[in-house]
Amino acid sequence: MAAIFLGVGAATALSPSNCFDSKKFQLSTRRSLSGRKPWFLVVRSDGSVNLGSNQRSRRTQQLITNAVATKADSAASTSASKQGHELLLFEALREGLEEEMDRDPHVCVMGEDVGHYGGSYKVTKGLADKYGDLRVLDTPIAENSFTGMGIGAAMTGLRPIVEGMNMGFLLLAFNQISNNCGMLHYTSGGQFTIPIVIRGPGGVGRQLGAEHSQRLESYFQSIPGIQMVACSTPYNAKGLMKAAIRSENPVILFEHVLLYNLKERIPDEEYICNLEEAEMVRPGEHVTILTYSRMRYHVMQAAKTLVNKGYDPEVIDIRSLKPFDLYTIGNSIKKTHRVLIVEECMRTGGIGASLTAAITENFHDYLDAPIVCLSSQDVPTPYAGTLEEWTVVQPAQIVTAVEQLCQ
Amino acid sequence: MYNDMVTLQTMDTIFYEAQRQGRISFYLTTSGEEAINIASAAAIKNDDFVVPQYREPGVLLWRGFSMQEFANQCFGNKADYGKGRQMPIHYGSNKHNYFTVSSTIATQLPHAVGAAYALKMDRKDACAVTYFGDGGTSEGDFHAALNFSAVTEAPVIFICRNNGWAISTPISDQFRSDGAVVKGRAYGVRSIRVDGNDALAIYSAVHAAREMAIGEGRPILIEALTYRVGHHTTSDDSTKYRPVDEIEWWRTTQDPVTRFRKWIESNGWWNGDIESELRSSVRKQILHALQEAEKAEKPPISDLFTDVYDVSPSNLREQEHSLRETIKKHPQDYPSNVPI
Repeated sequence: MAAIFLGVGAATALSPSNCFDSKKFQLSTRRSLSGRKPWFLVVRSDGSVNLGSNQRSRRTQQLITNAVATKADSAASTSASKQGHELLLFEALREGLEEEMDRDPHVCVMGEDVGHYGGSYKVTKGLADKYGDLRVLDTPIAENSFTGMGIGAAMTGLRPIVEGMNMGFLLLAFNQISNNCGMLHYTSGGQFTIPIVIRGPGGVGRQLGAEHSQRLESYFQSIPGIQMVACSTPYNAKGLMKAAIRSENPVILFEHVLLYNLKERIPDEEYICNLEEAEMVRPGEHVTILTYSRMRYHVMQAAKTLVNKGYDPEVIDIRSLKPFDLYTIGNSIKKTHRVLIVEECMRTGGIGASLTAAITENFHDYLDAPIVCLSSQDVPTPYAGTLEEWTVVQPAQIVTAVEQLCQ
Repeated sequence: MYNDMVTLQTMDTIFYEAQRQGRISFYLTTSGEEAINIASAAAIKNDDFVVPQYREPGVLLWRGFSMQEFANQCFGNKADYGKGRQMPIHYGSNKHNYFTVSSTIATQLPHAVGAAYALKMDRKDACAVTYFGDGGTSEGDFHAALNFSAVTEAPVIFICRNNGWAISTPISDQFRSDGAVVKGRAYGVRSIRVDGNDALAIYSAVHAAREMAIGEGRPILIEALTYRVGHHTTSDDSTKYRPVDEIEWWRTTQDPVTRFRKWIESNGWWNGDIESELRSSVRKQILHALQEAEKAEKPPISDLFTDVYDVSPSNLREQEHSLRETIKKHPQDYPSNVPI
């Protein structure tokens, strides 16, 4: 299905830089939250335009910002207590990291520019000043080697967190991750554990070019011995970071470049999220939509349209990419009997492909329709903003897919 | 030290022959490099982490790994610490501070830097010692590991076993630099070149290196020049790419074990009788260990699925269940020496 957005040239109207203005998003979030009106534009695949409530020229700009910043309203209401404090996703990651570093002196960080520079996305800001250069280590540019160093340190008793400046760079570390990180616990007969966390931002950003827009969860998913999780909100970012650090297994934590400035109110009390659990974002009856990371927001936006049209989608953020939480997913399928997977990975060999296979194998009898999987095309991500946007699944396509699925 | 060198040599001979007889599937000898193995092990302490490549079982031998434990790993039986998961000679023992051997070349070098970094953070009076061959110096990990160790001032001793051959690639095809020692200097690591067949030279170099590494918090590179007398592994026939008389010359006139023996004999600490006694008793021990290991049971089928993670996740439990179902359906196809 190649439903394309027409007239969304406003992608380029946004600030061209990679890091966007957090204030701008904060405002739109507040507005959409308080307004509770469908603040969107739906463009159908046949080119006809369906009006939301707003048809101003600003709408397309609004559309894109909403896609990122309109975190599920439910998330805010369900996860936050009356107290709590507001922060951005990258700050949540840092908070989780700091709490774990306080709690256990063996936790340390290594990566490029994580020390005094504070990390390219400021996740480790301030940590070097607090814990010293040895615990927040700036490494030379050799991903395979500093990942290997992390593995060696983990085997000796430390709990390192290795930061890839961009997930795509971790392709250089693939040898260490596959051959050693995943294998050594097994081949040593359980004698050596590797409690390492490998994290970094991935996914399609704003015109970062093909090399910096990769979805590495596709490539890593086969490696035995590792766990993979993807965070999508400040709440689960902090929770998953803490759980990953405490886990005895090597965990790869996928963050998304465009989600770092999401704002949410999270609890003051300490909490961790289960690494193998999926998150129910919106319960529903008609169709199960499985997604993760940034696509969650596109799905939630589409959900608003769908609700207006009378559909009741159940949205699950799978969070755990390896292993899949087939319990939660299964229960949902048994209820709705229809599945739509929305992902950012490529069509071939992505998380969606594996999930489709897993669901078909386990829940075939409960399905009333074939599983639909919306993914990016099998192309390198183009630089041009308009083209880039068409490689990522947009809310309109999700709406169309649900409508077709529920016929 | 001499005892262990002889033991290592004998173990290599017997296990190699066992592979040729079909009793074990694979083996790799340390012939010609006994001095590097034993003497370097003797110069470090038990707290030092050893991160080996694969041609250093002598270090484990020095630390107390028994013949039986070696044989168990080669046969992959129930008593193997690796639970039968790795190929023969991929020894590993956390209680001896010897990292499990991973087949990939030079990937252990950054691990050693990481281990040294951990020791430095914990302020332990210990260092990391890692070994690699001349071929390993071409890998990217070698360069980054040396660079890192210098930048992070990690207490690592890098020991390069320059034995002239990387399977069939001679050093003239491997690099055009003056060996590995200049590469260390290029990265700001103090380096030294040593005669790898002189046990005393290795001992004193490693001893001094350890003091410098821990005392001054810096990495050291030791290039030990030697020769790989044996074939690369049992899957190799080195006469195909190098002249037989070259091998013979190194095996007879340059043998490190003989050289060391001559020195201890000249000091009056050794003689021919003790020698033959040692050799025959070691041989008996090894043969016995081999037989015991051969008879022992293999690890149970459940060990196929454990240790992938700390706790088996649902997909692995499912897969184990499915495997057991298959075994029940086709019991005649299932090997008899692997308990269910």
